[in-house]
Amino acid sequence: MTSLSLREKAERDSATLPALLAQAEHLATAVLSGNHGRRRAGIGDDFWQYRPIQVGDSLRMIDHRRSAMGDVQFVREREWQIAQSVMIWIDRGASMRFASNSELATKADRARLFGLALSILLVRGGERVGLAGTQLPPRAGSAQISRLAEILLEDKSEDYTVPEHHAMIPHAKAVYVSDFMGEIDNIRTTLTKAADRGVRGILYHVLDPIEEAFPFRGRAIFQSVGGTFEHETLKASGLKEYYLERLAKRKDELKQLCSVAGWQYGLHHTNSSTQSGLLWLWRAIDGGRGSA
Amino acid sequence: MSSLGTLGFTSPWLLVALISLPILWYILRAVPPSPIRQRFPGVILLLGLKDKEAVSDQTPWWLLLLRILAIGAIIIGLAGPVLNSNSNTSNNKSPLLVVLDGSWGGADQWQSQIKAVEAELKRAGSASREVAIFQLTLPEPPIFQAANTLIKSLAKLYPTPWQPDSLATAVVKLPAGDFETVWFSDGLYYNSKLPMLNALETHGPVRVVETNAEVLALTPAVYNDGAIEITAMRSLSGQERAINILVQGRDPIGNAVTLGIEQAIFASGDTVAQASLTLPAEMRARITRFEIQAVRSAGAVTLVSDSLRRREIALISNRDGREGLELLSPLHYLERALAPTVDLLHGSISDVIPANPDIIVLADVAKLVEEEANAISKWIQNGGLLLRFAGPKIAASSISRETEDPLMPVRLRSGGRSVGGAMSWGAPKTLAPFKKDSPFFGLPLSGDVDVTVQVMAQPDPTLAERVIAELSDGTPLVTRKHSGRGQIVFFHVTANAEWSSLPLSGLFVEMLDRLSSSTTSLDFPTTSLEGTIWTPQIVMDGFGRLKDATSMSGVPGSELTTLPASPSLLPGVYTSGNNSFSRNVLTVNSEIKPSSWPSHIPISILAFTTEQPLSGYLLAASIALLCLDVISSLALSGRLTGNLRATQAVVAGTMFLLTISTSQANAQQGNTKIAGAASEVVLAHVITNNQQVDEIAQAGLRGLSNALFFRTSVEPSDPVGVNLETDELAFFPLLYWPISPDQPRPSQDAYTKLNDYLKSGGLILFDTRDADVSSFTNNSANGRKLRDLAKALNIPALEPVPQDHILTRTFYLLQDFPGRHSGRELWVEAALPDSKQAEGMPFRKLNDGVTPIVIGGNDWASAWAITKTGQPMLPVGVGFGGERQRELAYRFGINLVMHVLTGNYKSDQVHVPALLDRLGQ
Repeated sequence: MTSLSLREKAERDSATLPALLAQAEHLATAVLSGNHGRRRAGIGDDFWQYRPIQVGDSLRMIDHRRSAMGDVQFVREREWQIAQSVMIWIDRGASMRFASNSELATKADRARLFGLALSILLVRGGERVGLAGTQLPPRAGSAQISRLAEILLEDKSEDYTVPEHHAMIPHAKAVYVSDFMGEIDNIRTTLTKAADRGVRGILYHVLDPIEEAFPFRGRAIFQSVGGTFEHETLKASGLKEYYLERLAKRKDELKQLCSVAGWQYGLHHTNSSTQSGLLWLWRAIDGGRGSA
Repeated sequence: MSSLGTLGFTSPWLLVALISLPILWYILRAVPPSPIRQRFPGVILLLGLKDKEAVSDQTPWWLLLLRILAIGAIIIGLAGPVLNSNSNTSNNKSPLLVVLDGSWGGADQWQSQIKAVEAELKRAGSASREVAIFQLTLPEPPIFQAANTLIKSLAKLYPTPWQPDSLATAVVKLPAGDFETVWFSDGLYYNSKLPMLNALETHGPVRVVETNAEVLALTPAVYNDGAIEITAMRSLSGQERAINILVQGRDPIGNAVTLGIEQAIFASGDTVAQASLTLPAEMRARITRFEIQAVRSAGAVTLVSDSLRRREIALISNRDGREGLELLSPLHYLERALAPTVDLLHGSISDVIPANPDIIVLADVAKLVEEEANAISKWIQNGGLLLRFAGPKIAASSISRETEDPLMPVRLRSGGRSVGGAMSWGAPKTLAPFKKDSPFFGLPLSGDVDVTVQVMAQPDPTLAERVIAELSDGTPLVTRKHSGRGQIVFFHVTANAEWSSLPLSGLFVEMLDRLSSSTTSLDFPTTSLEGTIWTPQIVMDGFGRLKDATSMSGVPGSELTTLPASPSLLPGVYTSGNNSFSRNVLTVNSEIKPSSWPSHIPISILAFTTEQPLSGYLLAASIALLCLDVISSLALSGRLTGNLRATQAVVAGTMFLLTISTSQANAQQGNTKIAGAASEVVLAHVITNNQQVDEIAQAGLRGLSNALFFRTSVEPSDPVGVNLETDELAFFPLLYWPISPDQPRPSQDAYTKLNDYLKSGGLILFDTRDADVSSFTNNSANGRKLRDLAKALNIPALEPVPQDHILTRTFYLLQDFPGRHSGRELWVEAALPDSKQAEGMPFRKLNDGVTPIVIGGNDWASAWAITKTGQPMLPVGVGFGGERQRELAYRFGINLVMHVLTGNYKSDQVHVPALLDRLGQ
């Protein structure tokens, strides 16, 4: 890559970054719920305060190191930490870079937007957000948003990516946004691993309207966006029935997996409103609070 | 060139390619439509799916048919099909004589006739035959020559306003030898048609080409029982048909206008249609001709002579207070004698003078107030005839005793004389025969006229030449004096039977008739035309167009009415002395008959069988089919569904191609500007090609339109700039024309349009925009430019706006008309010179209608101009005074638009009290 084209690409990419961020911020403001102030005692790892023992506290709760300093018995309290960390996985494969017409956003754009907006909301709520896998571990603070955005803008070349299932933080939360067109076994592996580690989360299925409608007729050669898969038909209209059947089956499988692993399944079409999509995501992740 | 009926081909061998079409059908059928490549993330779900049917989609039969048709159209189009192919050439190599009637009867079809002649000549030319043209109305010895040279001279042929009836000469001029003849007939019968045919048949075969349209003609209009009767005739008695007869004449100012449209209906099977027209005498007098609408032929025009005009005679006497004695009234006999032939006016002199009668009769009126005398003098100078009768009052008065009264032809001796009475010697005197130079010459004398009392003329040196009738003893009975363009005639007896028996006789009526007809012409009996020479003023050509003929020689009066029209007697208006006579193609009793041909003569109908190449249409059709093919192929292969934009682009592209290929057929496109102007009031400015001036003019009219919208009930839409060359002006009430020294001079057509516009009530506001440096009469650059531009316009006499002009009070009361400059001068059409201020009125009743021109230099548009946001565009003056000036500029603009739209409505005296109130008088 010559320096010129590198510069060009850098410029082009950095041009989209603020836009994406601004868009995500904008979207997040619409949903902002004010869930601050969890600065109170609860289940967590960090020390919060010592308090005298009360009726109803079990004896196991007594902190003996503190109690030995006097006559009163103390209980050590930790800060309440709701989902300590949220791992986000956005499908960056080639199949996501598709929009059926120029007025619709690509699925990748939509997914990125969801991921980033959700991150902003979570960070404002005091959560720690990171990417699934080892690339960007969960951290709090608004600087994390910029790091997230940077990474999310990187595209991957393969057509259908495998959902990340490495380095899952136990009892964390996870949000997976994809079109889930890839191998169902990969998704199963991921969800099984997550369930093993007590990770709960959301599968957010983003589809283009044309993928639901399959309006093709006549002789056609279908190509995946990355160009790795191809299917030729002489009469595309004859395939519609089978295609829709398979798509429905795929959705059923995903729902089935989710219910087994205790995850939630959501479906979003790129021609429907971003806000309602984000709202659904937010409710879904917020609703999981109590169980975490 | 080969041909199938009327269809021929320039290169018929190309049609062999049509054989390939079935082959093409099989090839196209075998090849399925090419696949579309579609990016689709869901392809992974498709992997492994099998098509239900193994056969591929075939190209549907209708798409195949479409393509085959398109290719067939291309092949046939390239083969050069020609409709009405003139390929039926005979092998005749003998010369061809083209005979044309060439009379007014064919004038309406002249273009198609000439086209048919041209086609005939071309055909003869392609068979390399020699040709000649022989126009029967203008017989010249025909010379056989090559067709190509003759075709060039076709444009020189024109129809004549006479029929080819003097053919004795024409037959002689026929060339010797054998030749074929094609006779283009006008469809009218005339006497020498058959002899001519016989003469031609001796030389060879004769074909006749005749129009199947009927020939229409008008006979001269006749005035009968208060109505004008016009008779239209047609050559063939066909279906019921209505024609419109246009009544052409002048408006009161003198411009040519159509005064009315009258419908005449030919009943089915009838060849004559009548139209009857009742018009007020004043309007009748302004008719110049009748013509059949949309027929260009001299026969369809009939010029109107003065015979339609009834003379107006005003009778005045000063006999008040003598009621009941009808038979003694000085006017009684006059009334009885004149009433059948003229319109009589009664009233005082000041009442009748404005009606401008032809004759004013003063019966025994001695004294006239000075004002009346002046009015009458002026009227006589303009051609009036003052007819005075003597009577007791004149005899008793001292009028014209010492010096000749301007309103009397001779001096009178006091007292008068009385002969043949009981107390006098001698018998009553009788009339002497009229002398040759007398207007009464030729009237038969009846013996029963005698004169008992008369007033006597002083024997002056001029007396002899002024006497036009005398008594048997030589004393003058009627004297006459010319004065200006008019004359004064004095009867030395009374108008009643008191002094003589003249008023009781038939001679009196005839004398009055002669006198009244000498002012303007009457329908002359043929005898009175004897020995006179009539010179043509205006003559008609074969198309019925009028042209000036003052350079042509005169025609003896005896031939004027009797002979048919001929090269030396063109239909037109002829004058002799003060009389005028209109000679038309048809006379009152003439008829038109369709031509009849012997049965062995082949007659073909004159039709528009010009060669019509069809290849353009076929190629256009094939493009259209291919475009259709593009769209349907796309639709078929599913490419139309995916991307909406692309679909639109394809459809738009094909439509564009289609419109290009069919744009030959309809080049006319609607003009939204015109449509807008026609439905709303729109102010317009002339585009000067000086961008700054045009912008300011546009902004100025926008400002004025806004002001009108806010302040008045005139709600104009956005102003437009008009291009004088291309735009129709008729819809704009007002044209603002800023003058800049560098603007181009409009073309002749544009000037015609502008003159029509002015005539039909439009107003042009010329703005030289230089009132700050120059006054209107000075020689500024803009002023010179204006003079140059306006040279070709019909501009009436102008004057600076008078204080009481209608512009000063159509909406606002204004004294001056500032724009960005506050020059004083604003020029408008001059008021008629005789407009007077009525007693007690603050202003005069000025001329009717709208001044067609307003000229000034105050740069109004700059004062009116506003930006799009409504702010004034240019500064006017300084401070409050400047704003006041801008306000006055707007008021001037509003007044002007109101003036255009309401005319002289505000001049109506109804508004006087309110205006007086506001003027504080």
